[in-house]
Amino acid sequence: MGGTLLMSGGSNVDFMIHGLFSYNFPGLGEVWITTSHVCILLVMLIILVFAIVANRKIKKAKDVPSGFQNVVELIVEKLDGMIEAAMGKNAKYFANYIGTIFIFILLSNFSGLLGLRPPTADYGTTFALAIMTFCIITFQKFKHQHVKGVVKGLCSPWVFWAPINLIGDFAVPISMSLRLFANVLSGVVIEALVYTLLSWIATGWPAFLHVYFDLFSGAIQTYVFCMLTMTYVNQAIEDGEY
Amino acid sequence: MDINGQDFIKGCSAIGAGLALIAGVGPGIGQGIAAGHGASAVGRNPGAKSDITSTMLLGQAVAETTGLYGLVTALLLMFVQPLVG
Repeated sequence: MGGTLLMSGGSNVDFMIHGLFSYNFPGLGEVWITTSHVCILLVMLIILVFAIVANRKIKKAKDVPSGFQNVVELIVEKLDGMIEAAMGKNAKYFANYIGTIFIFILLSNFSGLLGLRPPTADYGTTFALAIMTFCIITFQKFKHQHVKGVVKGLCSPWVFWAPINLIGDFAVPISMSLRLFANVLSGVVIEALVYTLLSWIATGWPAFLHVYFDLFSGAIQTYVFCMLTMTYVNQAIEDGEY
Repeated sequence: MDINGQDFIKGCSAIGAGLALIAGVGPGIGQGIAAGHGASAVGRNPGAKSDITSTMLLGQAVAETTGLYGLVTALLLMFVQPLVG
């Protein structure tokens, strides 16, 4: 009986990204709009509405905060405190970027609670985020260490170590994006397996799976992604200062 | 039952996916060691509990990566099937 149940359910286990409709761009070929795009748009809409409401509230802010203003101030203070603790005196230059990707990744991971497929479970999303981080790291390296310092760092123990150091530099965005992607994807896969293969007893208790995979793991991975970004950027700046 | 080359490659891909998940052993051991040292650190210095916990969770989340590479490899072998020509 177990075997037939497994086989009958196994045929429609679904955790893939679906293409919704495609455009034929001249010169580009077929470009698909997928479920990830829709989920990203929903997340962006939530952030946009929150930002507009917060802007309205802050414009007529009171000295003694209450209600919604409290929430906004709490979020900003917590983010500033986290960035300040990790980056020290460089915090004010990067607070905007780190805060933005923190809120975006956090809401993307939490969107699994709404029954969406989290956009961060698409390698395209996480790789784009990691590429942005990589560009910032490289720019800060060239800005603070100059070309001479970068070349010196590349050949650091010896000239022939340069290829290995280069691979190490390019491994940063790949490992960062794969870490976030695989963590969220593992949650999506396990939830899909429970909902399809165990659908006859999946009432109520899968909520704990959502609490662990979407809330706990999502928050931890968001923190890790931002922490690593800040650490690498700070390292790139501080290496040029002595 | 006739097994042609394609089926053989698919079967071997499934076996490879299973073998790739052995990578989950290492992070399990490492996270356990990190949690054990975290527990002993809290025992020595209960005042620093929140700092110790956050450091432990950060380290564990980074250590988890190698196991997740195995998961990604297994999923690629199962669903993308790069070896099936």
